[in-house]
Amino acid sequence: MTEAFELIERPGAKILAGGQSLIPSLNMRLASPELLVDITGLRELATIERRDGGLRIGALVTHAMLERSREVAEHAPLLAQAVVHVAHPAIRNRGTLGGSLAFADPAAEYPACALALNATVVLASRRGERRVAAAQFFRGLFETDVRPGELLVAAEFPRAERSVFMELARRHGDYAIIGLAAIADKSARRIAFCGAGATPVLAEGASRATSLEAAQAALREDLNPPADLYHSSATKLHLAGVLLSRAWNSLAKPH
Amino acid sequence: MELARETTLTVNGAKVTRRIEPRMHLVDFLREELGLTGSHLGCEHGVCGACTVRVNGDIVRGCLMLAVQADGCTVETIEGLTDSKELAPLQKAFHERNALQCGFCTPGMLLAAQDLVRSGRKANREEIRAHISGNYCRCTGYQAIVDAIEEVIHGPR
Amino acid sequence: MGRAELPLHAPGTRVDRGYIGESVPRPNAQRLLQGRGAFIDDLRFPRLAHVAYFRSPYAHARIKGLDLTAARGAPGVIAVLDGRAVAEYCTPWVAVLAHLKGIKSPPQHAIAIERACWQGEACAAVVAESRSQAEDAVGLIEAEWEELPVVVDMDAALGGETVIHPELGDNICFKRELDTGGVDDAFARADVVVEETFHFGRHTGVCLEGRAILADYNAGEHSLTVYHATQAPHMMQDIFSRHLNIPEANVRVITKDVGGSFGIKVHVYPDEMATAAISVLLRRPVKFVADRLESFLSDIHAREHKARVRLACTKAGEMLAFELDDITAIGPYSVYPRTSGIEGNQVVNLTGGPYKHQKYRAKMHVVFTNKNVTCQYRAVGHPIAVALTEGIVDIAARKLGMDPAEFRRRNLIADDAYPYSSPAGLKFERLSHHRTLAKLLDVMRYDELRAEQARLCKQGVHRGIGLAAMIEVTNPSPAFYGVGGARISAQDGATLRLEPTGMLTVLCSVTEQGQGTEAILAQIAASAVGITLDKVRCMTGDTGVTPYGGGTWASRGAGIGGEAVLQAGRALRSNILEVAAAILKLDKAELDIAGNAVVNRLTLEAKLPLAELGRIAYFRPDTLPLDFQSELTVTRHYTPRQYGFTFTNGMQASLVEVDPATGFVNLLKHWCVEDSGTVINPMLADEQLRGGIVQGIGAALYEECIYGPDGQLLNGTMADYLVPMAGEMPDIVCAHLETPTQQSQLGAKGIGEAGTAGAPGAIMNAINDALAPLGAAVTQMPFTPERILKALGKV
Repeated sequence: MTEAFELIERPGAKILAGGQSLIPSLNMRLASPELLVDITGLRELATIERRDGGLRIGALVTHAMLERSREVAEHAPLLAQAVVHVAHPAIRNRGTLGGSLAFADPAAEYPACALALNATVVLASRRGERRVAAAQFFRGLFETDVRPGELLVAAEFPRAERSVFMELARRHGDYAIIGLAAIADKSARRIAFCGAGATPVLAEGASRATSLEAAQAALREDLNPPADLYHSSATKLHLAGVLLSRAWNSLAKPH
Repeated sequence: MELARETTLTVNGAKVTRRIEPRMHLVDFLREELGLTGSHLGCEHGVCGACTVRVNGDIVRGCLMLAVQADGCTVETIEGLTDSKELAPLQKAFHERNALQCGFCTPGMLLAAQDLVRSGRKANREEIRAHISGNYCRCTGYQAIVDAIEEVIHGPR
Repeated sequence: MGRAELPLHAPGTRVDRGYIGESVPRPNAQRLLQGRGAFIDDLRFPRLAHVAYFRSPYAHARIKGLDLTAARGAPGVIAVLDGRAVAEYCTPWVAVLAHLKGIKSPPQHAIAIERACWQGEACAAVVAESRSQAEDAVGLIEAEWEELPVVVDMDAALGGETVIHPELGDNICFKRELDTGGVDDAFARADVVVEETFHFGRHTGVCLEGRAILADYNAGEHSLTVYHATQAPHMMQDIFSRHLNIPEANVRVITKDVGGSFGIKVHVYPDEMATAAISVLLRRPVKFVADRLESFLSDIHAREHKARVRLACTKAGEMLAFELDDITAIGPYSVYPRTSGIEGNQVVNLTGGPYKHQKYRAKMHVVFTNKNVTCQYRAVGHPIAVALTEGIVDIAARKLGMDPAEFRRRNLIADDAYPYSSPAGLKFERLSHHRTLAKLLDVMRYDELRAEQARLCKQGVHRGIGLAAMIEVTNPSPAFYGVGGARISAQDGATLRLEPTGMLTVLCSVTEQGQGTEAILAQIAASAVGITLDKVRCMTGDTGVTPYGGGTWASRGAGIGGEAVLQAGRALRSNILEVAAAILKLDKAELDIAGNAVVNRLTLEAKLPLAELGRIAYFRPDTLPLDFQSELTVTRHYTPRQYGFTFTNGMQASLVEVDPATGFVNLLKHWCVEDSGTVINPMLADEQLRGGIVQGIGAALYEECIYGPDGQLLNGTMADYLVPMAGEMPDIVCAHLETPTQQSQLGAKGIGEAGTAGAPGAIMNAINDALAPLGAAVTQMPFTPERILKALGKV
């Protein structure tokens, strides 16, 4: 880890883990970093541990490991529901949780899950460990709170009573047009969306609403999704509402 | 400045040591340095699946892995898996059902299919389609491929 | 002249059609299954250099200056060349043909000289020891540009406010008008008139193997060998010869394994011509393979149309007249040598094709824009013509309150009406529209599906059934290109050679890109000669080896190449029996060939293995009569003569479920009944239909080249341009009828494009059938969720 910290501080250095987002950009000549720091050898970052009723998942845990994990299925089922939407088997064998969170593609599944679960992102550097709540971690388009010299080493996901993940994509494994990651506890719901903004968006109004009708109305204030190549903002908002309807019953409080 | 790194990997059972520039991806290495031209390049952005190879037993996109990252790894390509006969049942089913036309997607498709067959899951047609959903074929329309994989998993109908 | 003449052997013998009609697995597929194919990029040559192209980032800009100095000094770089340097080795071309009256296009160079006219046009070439070094150096080229006004919109192009090529006067590449007369009367007296405007999104082939060429000039012989992923090696031989000024017989074009083409690889690409010219210039082999990003920018696009169509009917459901106004946007150049006018021309020819109306009027414009060039892509024009015809037919049926299948049945050309001339002037030898419709409705259980649809609709589940009747151009005569002056051969040849061990070598001028050309030629040859399939070896795709011919396009391989093989095979069998008669001292009329041996024609008793006949003929001719010479190599050529195009017919159906909340379309099932004459290998034929249908599904639901207002391609990656993948495709049921053509002994028509021709129309009609109860309709392909939601008024 010490070696990693030193290397990533060098000018023009980029961190290489699974490479499933970085290497396409190299192949397409969109990026040509001076130095690639391959951290896949830091196997201590590839573990899944129970922590305070939740899970601490190391940054180098691959999507495939997450998919297979009994702990995840039991203690963070939201992630288990999300992972089957991530790309395709060959990509899931290499892509990592840490990479997905650090890259922060606005259509990616895990950032929305992290936001819904109010996860904590754990960053490490020469100076020690720093913990950032998901709500503060995703700052802008492909922009996170990872500071120079820092490595994302893990994310801690609290347990939730009920959770549901759904997404709409035109083909298996495509980036979501819009995705919903939501949890419900005794007291509250947290409904987050991917594909609805530069970062994952927590629909606070919809989360507070007590009926589906009220939640739909609130959603129109919560979200202002940017259009993409194929879908206008209005379409994305509409589709977010459709997901909300479909997810609502899973989040309803038990009588 | 590119610094070629000495890299040792096992390819189709044979140990290979080469000095490789970090920027060379695994499939370019296999094709250009080792002459293993059975793995193909269709997009180099990880979407089409033509480059699918097996690393340490897992299927990966060979174009999304730097060759130097394969240091210490076991790499298996279509050539090796053909010679070991591991792919023989799938290749036979593909042949009999014409689950290929131009053949460009075929090595990647076979690797993906074998990944499913090896898992032991009794996948239905929908699950088979999901498992190969990341392998682009422009020629066949996919149906014969699904038929062939279904036959290998479940036996002839 | 020819007439369909199967069975192949004498009556009374058990062997009837041989392998014709058998679903045999392809012999040449084994190497592909093992990763042991030989695609162009797999080939290794001494001193092989690699070329990468510097491409214009602008859709329209004058090249004020190119600074190649830094690029020239980069590691591994052998040469950096601009358009002028390459022009000294390669002459420009103009893609016009005489039979497309009035078509115009400016000269095009291998590498742009004065200005770039589309984003992605090659403006300089870097040759280096490796492709990555070449690409590195491309990044060092500095260019000074003067941006010019960009024409992107087809209506604006037609309006001509900005003319891309001022010397041409306007942006019209080609226009056509057709009028049978009596159209206004027909519309005036019609009870029902329907009209709609359909939009078709520009899209492209996305062959998994990028375009690939390896040119090897030998200065010692002034000869050029080109390993080329092309469908038409002889056509390319002629073009390399004329434009690079190398005698024709000194040019050899060899196709190896081709990773998909679908028409993309039958055209002349400036960067490929440049590659060949650079090999001559540098006197060493040079390779170019288009990577995926440059494929999206420079492989031909196709099918950008806006078509307004009207249909006049009586209230009894009789179609009286069609009227069409079509406009299509191509790139800034017509593509060489087939021209970019053909697709639009076909739309005019084919609209209304299956129906028996007499009156038709059409107007069509092909306009230049500053987007990528367009040209023939699988099913050329048919997907547009079928979709707009079948779309307006469904609209009329709805207005008449008539079942769409019944409405079609009342208007399809009768099965006994042939030969028949369509209002567009097409001549049909014999089609089977009614039998096809009946078979389709039966196979898909149409009535049950309608009942189920109605039941589910009450439960809020919206299913749609869409039909599409089609006619399809196959086996074209020189009427397609030759009459216009193109050196594109409409005839093909086959040489069959019996080897000393009794094996058969087949050399044929049609080519293979995976559809199974070599397999069916082997089946035909084996059947015609009387040997078993495992004894046949087929070679295609080498101008130095095969007879001269046209290659594979317009669904002509089976019908034309296959016929040449059949005729050569029959002639060879006759010659073999002459030799056998001489050896056995028997009457030739008593003999036949079956199972690799000369046999008694009636008893099938084996008399002489072919291996033994070969040994004697080749090594012991001294044992044969003095005046006898064995001729165990036979060549025959064939071209269809009676009909300019040999039409096939078919009908497709699509069953979909539309989710009105999301606008997503779930493809539940698809059917295709096709009559392509004699079917040589049903498994391969079915798969051509399926592959073609999935490509059509791509056009209907997913694929579109999206350009911004400044002519920038916005979705030129595999992540942004959506192609059909396995997860969303339906199972597709195929069935065949066989109405053989009488123009050949084989009776085979073509089938390669039929799937793509009918699928978009069937899908569109199915979606609109599902949306009709909700008061919505879509007319712009691809039918994205957004477009469906808009039609439903949800956004």
